[in-house]
Amino acid sequence: MLLIACPYCGERPEVEFAYGGEAHLVRPADPAALSDEDWAAYLYFRRNPRGLHAERWRHVRGCGRFFNAIRDTTNDRFGATYAVGEDPP
Amino acid sequence: MIVGGGGHGLGTAYYLAAEHGLTNVAVVEKGWIGGGNTGRNTTIIRSNYLFDESIALYDHALKLWRDLSQVLDYNVMYSPRGVMMLAHSVHDVQVLKRHVHANRANGVDNEWLTPEEAKAYCPPLEIGGHVRYPVVGASLQRRGGTARHDAVAWGYARAADALGVDILENCEVTGIRRDAQGAVEALETSRGILRARRVGVVAAGNSSVVLGLAGVRLPLESYPLQALVSEPVKPVFPCVVMSNAIHAYVSQSDKGELVIGAGTDAYTSYTQRGALHVNMHTLEAICELFPQFRRLRMLRNWGGIVDVTPDRSPIIGRTPVPGLYVNCGWGTGGFKATPGSAQVFAHTIAHDEPHPIAAPFSLSRFRDGHLIHEAAAAAVAH
Repeated sequence: MLLIACPYCGERPEVEFAYGGEAHLVRPADPAALSDEDWAAYLYFRRNPRGLHAERWRHVRGCGRFFNAIRDTTNDRFGATYAVGEDPP
Repeated sequence: MIVGGGGHGLGTAYYLAAEHGLTNVAVVEKGWIGGGNTGRNTTIIRSNYLFDESIALYDHALKLWRDLSQVLDYNVMYSPRGVMMLAHSVHDVQVLKRHVHANRANGVDNEWLTPEEAKAYCPPLEIGGHVRYPVVGASLQRRGGTARHDAVAWGYARAADALGVDILENCEVTGIRRDAQGAVEALETSRGILRARRVGVVAAGNSSVVLGLAGVRLPLESYPLQALVSEPVKPVFPCVVMSNAIHAYVSQSDKGELVIGAGTDAYTSYTQRGALHVNMHTLEAICELFPQFRRLRMLRNWGGIVDVTPDRSPIIGRTPVPGLYVNCGWGTGGFKATPGSAQVFAHTIAHDEPHPIAAPFSLSRFRDGHLIHEAAAAAVAH
């Protein structure tokens, strides 16, 4: 089980958290103006990298807040956790 | 050139040679054949999916399983012992009955059992009494069952090899070379440059990585999926039992081990391992449904990396790169489809045109909005 450092509560076990997928996906301001390819890319296509991954977590059984994390998908080690709205470190 | 020496990849090479006369085929595998998800799954075979497209695909595979040992002259130990899926609530009953009707409308066997009939088919099952979620019914696909997963890889490999296919192990693809028109012309590998005008990628959890070498993005996320086996015991469990609602997933291997499928971990990863609490979750459900297994010890557990699509259906077909084909996105349930997947993918590569059964599973369905949403159909995380 992973230990995850919530930026608001500190280190807690993984079971207190919900995973929220890839971070920094921005909903297009005017979806009707997009091509079908671009809309599908936003909805469905993901980086899915082998290596560093910026991802969302929610401390659902704690403070309830969303935050972002950088994790290495080759060993599951967290590099950093940071607040929503901040740039990845 | 086929990238990926699992069951689907080796099978593709076999059908290219056996059915399309293409014997200048090579399979490149970064590890050893059958060492990925082919050797890590729980060996369950069934075709009781909801949508017509899925039923056609998975039942095509199920029909091929029946004669596969004879066709390959290699015993893959296909055992149609029945796959029973349990209902614990009104919602489960409605979902499973909908599947039964959808299957029967497509000419695929699936039947509804009362709790007593389920108990008679699988005596270790506890249907009432102290069970937290009593069994209120079950669906049963009698043609469903299990096969020996390693034998599938070995059988296809031997049969393909006999037809002239080259199988290169310890050969990792590190680059995909393209010509001036953008078409595939060669693979860069850890064992040198391999020229090929047609490349089929069947790399499961690593599909995003391999296709990324050609600049192709996929609607995939790779998650660890765990499984575990108990210490071996005498034959006590006659069929396959699944409960989507409380996540139990169990059968007994011919060696006597209970083979148990756990869930995916919450996060994407390439580590081929997961967390213990995921295994505990399924073991608690199994101990509840089968009290006699409470004193069994678990022998070992492991993880594989599964490539999951948004609609939990696979992607089979062409990519935007000429000469580059992909067969991926089988997620948590690819083993059952191995022969069908391999055969329709071989056809797709040989003719540069999707096999009719594979056509709905194109990459372009995400752009066109024609998702085949088996995840929503199951109405559970799976």
